[in-house]
Parts: sequence; structure tokens; C-alpha cells
Amino acid sequence: MKHIKKLAFGLVLALGLATGAHASSEGGIAWDKAPGKTTDLASLQNGAKLFVNYCLNCHSAAFMRYNRLTDIGLTEKQIKDNLLFTTEKVGETMKSAIDAKQAKEWFGANPPDLTLIARSRAGSGGTGADYLYTYMRTFYRDDAKATGWNNLAFPNVAMPHVLWELQGERQPVFEEREEHGHKVKVFKKWEQVSPGTMTPLQYDQAVGDLVNYLQWMGEPAQNTRVRVGVWVLLFLGLLTFLTWRLNAAYWKDIK
Amino acid sequence: MADFKEISPNASSGEKLTNWFENRFPTAFQEYKKHMSEYYAPKNFNFWYVFGALSMLVLVIQIVTGIFLVMHYKPDAGLAFASVEYIMRDVPWGWLIRYMHSTGASAFFLVVYLHMFRGLMYGSYRKPRELVWLFGCAIFLALMAEAFMGYLLPWGQMSYWGAQVIVNLFSAIPFVGPDLALLIRGDFVVGDATLNRFFSFHVIAVPLVLLGLVVAHLLALHDVGSNNPDGIEIKANKGPDGIPLDGIPFHPYYTVHDIFMVSVFLMVFSAIVFFAPEVGGYFLEYNNFIPADPYQTPLHIAPVWYFTPFYSMLRAVTTEMMYVLMACVVGGAALALVKGKFSAMIKGVILIAAAAVVAAMLAIDAKFWGVVAMGGGVVILFFLPWLDKSAVKSIRYRPSWHKLMLGIFVVNFLVLGYLGILPPSEIGGRVSQLGTLFYFGFFLLMPWWSKIGESKPVPDRVTFAAH
Repeated sequence: MKHIKKLAFGLVLALGLATGAHASSEGGIAWDKAPGKTTDLASLQNGAKLFVNYCLNCHSAAFMRYNRLTDIGLTEKQIKDNLLFTTEKVGETMKSAIDAKQAKEWFGANPPDLTLIARSRAGSGGTGADYLYTYMRTFYRDDAKATGWNNLAFPNVAMPHVLWELQGERQPVFEEREEHGHKVKVFKKWEQVSPGTMTPLQYDQAVGDLVNYLQWMGEPAQNTRVRVGVWVLLFLGLLTFLTWRLNAAYWKDIK
Repeated sequence: MADFKEISPNASSGEKLTNWFENRFPTAFQEYKKHMSEYYAPKNFNFWYVFGALSMLVLVIQIVTGIFLVMHYKPDAGLAFASVEYIMRDVPWGWLIRYMHSTGASAFFLVVYLHMFRGLMYGSYRKPRELVWLFGCAIFLALMAEAFMGYLLPWGQMSYWGAQVIVNLFSAIPFVGPDLALLIRGDFVVGDATLNRFFSFHVIAVPLVLLGLVVAHLLALHDVGSNNPDGIEIKANKGPDGIPLDGIPFHPYYTVHDIFMVSVFLMVFSAIVFFAPEVGGYFLEYNNFIPADPYQTPLHIAPVWYFTPFYSMLRAVTTEMMYVLMACVVGGAALALVKGKFSAMIKGVILIAAAAVVAAMLAIDAKFWGVVAMGGGVVILFFLPWLDKSAVKSIRYRPSWHKLMLGIFVVNFLVLGYLGILPPSEIGGRVSQLGTLFYFGFFLLMPWWSKIGESKPVPDRVTFAAH
């Protein structure tokens, strides 16, 4: 019976592939450029704080160890005192507090692990950081949705606006425009409905830091990688020069 | 057995040591001479001749980094993705090893494609080097298998769905297809069993075959001697000492050459590894940073760039395209019957074969013929030595329009590759159908077109300007 089920499943998959009929979650507006730099430690530390306080309740970062945060200038004591909520051990990975089954019930989908979110979300529209920076700044009230929230970068997203207290509520204003003979609704501007605890500028900065942190967490070795790379290339440059001269020294005899 | 050689007691300790080994392991000394210090290679090698050595370098990089990856990687559907991230984060220098391996995979295809193009340009596959070429084609085939199976191992979304799509292709083969696909997967969908067998093939079986083929490729090459950009046999002009006049010892002349080019190559390689290991999603696809999810098909499944020309050929064969292909078969058979100088019996065989092929094309789904086109795109390379009938080997002395032909072939291959990356589209589909026809036409009609045109006189000695 199990095999028949699997077979049927395989057939459905094959059909899906053949017809190319996949439900799409893509679409949405053009991405803004994320402002962060993964070498900016203050920004990364602020991002880590926001991440642990707001994201880690529902999302995990299952491949990221707390003590790796020492790479962005925090001490183990600082991490223990300020950032450990779900575990006691600083060598643990960042698990979420939410129960997966409950999450599925509440949101209709499991909140994805965020360790690699910035790497996996890159695309033709920009880097993963650009996407996330846009996504976290384009939530709006939509009573048609179960959570009461919708998003311009990720239409019909299952996630509510977790940072709404910081940003306040906003409403997008659309305008009708003609494109290729069709009337389309194009996003024009935002209207602030109720104020948040942060000004729009402060909010953009906070999201920038958060996204910067996500970008860094996707590959904590990235700054080391670039630093080592410079030395490797300098060495290879020298080696290339020497081997070039060595080659010339031998080949001058060949007439 | 060579005679035991005594050495003067006054000889230096270095000479004594050499003598000690030479008496006990003469093979090492003979082989060193045969393949290095007394292997005479044409002195007019150009830039295009480094890619053989570079592919050996990449092979070594892949084996060494692979050994270290296997120390930490877990071939288990539940653990594989996490173990790769473990390598990227917790294993000291693990990120470097992994990026070298992932960049190495793309670099391997890049240098092998350039190496093959060199062969195509200078007629390196022609008599007496047919076997060298055949071993090389087999290496290319093994490399494709190696890359395909290795790509499943990180167990990301693209790994999973890429394998799903490609293995499903086998089920299009009439009669045995579904069972064959089942045998490859070890399950009804790609799963843990698939991961384990692909791992086994990727780290043991295929590398062994690859190494064996590389040895055969090199031994066969050194038996017949290297071709060169002029396509001249340097062995035809030997000095009184029996050494080709245009030949120089491989070591030290080409070893210093290769060391220099290895340094240049490593600069490019390192620039990618250290500054852009994803190469905009072409070397490491973005979707592959999401763990494999059998319940969520990605919107767009594309193979890694080095497979896309052949993937385009697969997609090009639609039901419509089948009629064009049938017309090609009928046309080809008619031409052979009218123009060919065959006996009545052969003509009968051609007629029956053509009828059988057309019948099969009508009976079997286009999807199967797509698979045939994709496989055929690689297999047809094996026949190249017998398809090329041009009077001279090197493109330098072939009619000018052969250069144009080769140029179009390269552009066509690149266009097919580019289209294979994109999602299917109306125009893209038409272009890749034309491209597929040209690709096969280039080879299948070569016995005819390669004879046309006036070739230039080939010099007796190689053209060489001192550096």
C-alpha cells in the first residue's frame, strides 16, 4: 500500500513536471537595495539583537551556533546574558521556541529555517539581502488574510507583520497604468495609517541591520574568506611572475 | 631484467642513491624518460594546449578536496544538508574545501570543453589519434555522470529536483524505462536509497573509471605522439639521433610552460573561490540553499550550466519537431539511395532501416526521442574521427569557410547552453530546435561538407617563432 501511494505520488510529480503547472509564490514589486555591509560590526550586533528578539520566536536558525556571534564582536558572556532565550548552552544552535505542529496550525505553513534565507532568496531581482530588506518593509493591513497582513514583495505571505509596533501600520496606494495594452495596478507610494515607535528612517535602518545580520549568518566565514582571498591572490601574483620568468629562461634556447 | 650496475666508490652520495634505486626499480626511470624527459612534443604548442594539464590539475583538486569532504559529509537524506552546512561553518577551513570542490566541478567542465575545442580545431582526433579521442570522449561521459551524481549530495532543492527530472527521463525508454528508473533510484521517488547509491558511485565507482580512462588517454597519446596547431606529424622529420626535429622534451620545456599556466589558472580559480563562489547562482544555485523538499516543486528547474546545451536538445524535441526529424531521416535515406554508390543489398538495408526508424518515431513518444537527442549529442562525438573527411587536419590549412563553420558551431553550442538555463519559451524553443538541428547536422553531414573547398598547402615543418 505504501508503495502504491509513493508510486501515485511519483506520477503526480511527473505530471506536474511535464505540464509545468506549479503554483507560484513569486511575483511582487521590484527589490530595494539593502544598505548593510557584513563588515559593519555595530550593524551586525544590532541585527543579531533584533533577530533573537523578533524572529527566533517562530523561526529557527538550526545551523547557526550562538557562540559564533563572537565573530561579530560579542563575548560569550554578552551572548549568554542578552541573547540566550531558548537554551542554556552557548554552543547550541539557534532553535525556535515554537512547536512545529502548532505553527502549522496557526499560519498554515511551517516558518522556514532562516540560517540560509539570505543565500536562498537571491535571484535576478537582486541579492537575498535586497529581497529581505524589501520584504520586511512592505507589510500592509489586509483583512482578507487570516493573519490580517499582506505583503508587496511576497503576496499572500503566511507570516504576519512581526515588527508592526516598530513601523506602525501603513497602506499602499496603487495607481492604474497601461502596460502592453492592459490596465495594471502599480504600486505608487505608502500612506502611514498609524505611527510606530520608530520613525520611517529609524525603521529602515533597523531592518537594514537585521537583514545585514541575516546576510552574515548565511555564511559566517564570508569576511574571513575575502580577507584570506586577498593574500592568496597576492601570493599567486608573485608565483605567476616567477613562473613566467622561469618559463622564459628555459624557452630562450628554443629556436 | 636490466643488468646490475656497480658504481665507483668515489661517486657522490647522490649518484650512489640514484644507482641504488635504478638497480632496484628501473621501471620508474624508464617511464620517467618515456613520458617526461624523453617524450618529444612539438615545439609549436600554443595557448590551447594547456587545458589537458589543467584538467589533470582540477582532477587532483577534486580528489583531494573530495577526500576531506567525505570525512564530514553524511550520505543520509535526514542529515546530508545539515552536514554540508556543518562543513561550511564548524569544520576548520571547511568552507574553503567545499568551495574548491564546487568551483572545481564547474572549472573541470570549462577546461574540458576548451580542451575538446582544441581537438576540434586542430584535428587532434584524426589518424593515428582516434583512440586518444575515444578515451577522451569516455572521460567526458564519465565526468558528466560524476557531476550529475555529485550534485545530488548536498540534498538541496535543486539537487533533489534535478535528479528527479533526469532520472524520470529514463522512464521514457520503451519497455524497460520504468524499471530502469526504479533501479537507478532504488525507490519510487528520489530518496535516501538514491542518495546512498549516488554517493557510492560519486566517491568510488566513477572516480576509479575516470582515473583508469585518464591513464589510457595519456598512454595512448604518448604512444602516437601529440598533434600540434599545424596538424603536422613531427615524427616524419627526424634528425640523425632519431629525435623529431620539431620536437622538444616535455620536461623541462612543457612542464615550465604548464607551471606558469597553472599559476594563471589558480589566480582565476581563487578569485572565484574567495570572492564569488556562487558566481551569480551559476556555480551554486540559490535554490540549493533550501533543503530538499519532496512536496514542493521549485518553480523553475534548470541543470547547472555545463549540462544546459544538452538539456536544450532534450527540450527541443517536441511532437512537432518529430515530423522535422522524420523528414530528415527520409531525406537522408533518399539521398543515400540516389547519390550513394552502394550495392543493391546495402541500399535495401538502408531502405528498411529508414522505414524502421520512422515507424519507431511514430510509435514512441517524443519525450523518449528527446532523451535520445540529449544522449546522442554526447555519443556523436565518439564518431568524429570517421566523420571528418577533410584533406588536412588543422583548421589553419582548411578552407576558410570551415573556420566559419566551426565558429557557428561554437556560437550555436553557447546559445543552446544559454537557452537551457532559461525557463521554456516560445522563441527560445524554436531557436533551440534550430540549434539542435545544426548541432547534429554539423556532425552527420561532415563526411560531405568537410570535403568541400580548397585547402591550403601544409608546410613540412611546424611554424614556430622563438619566444
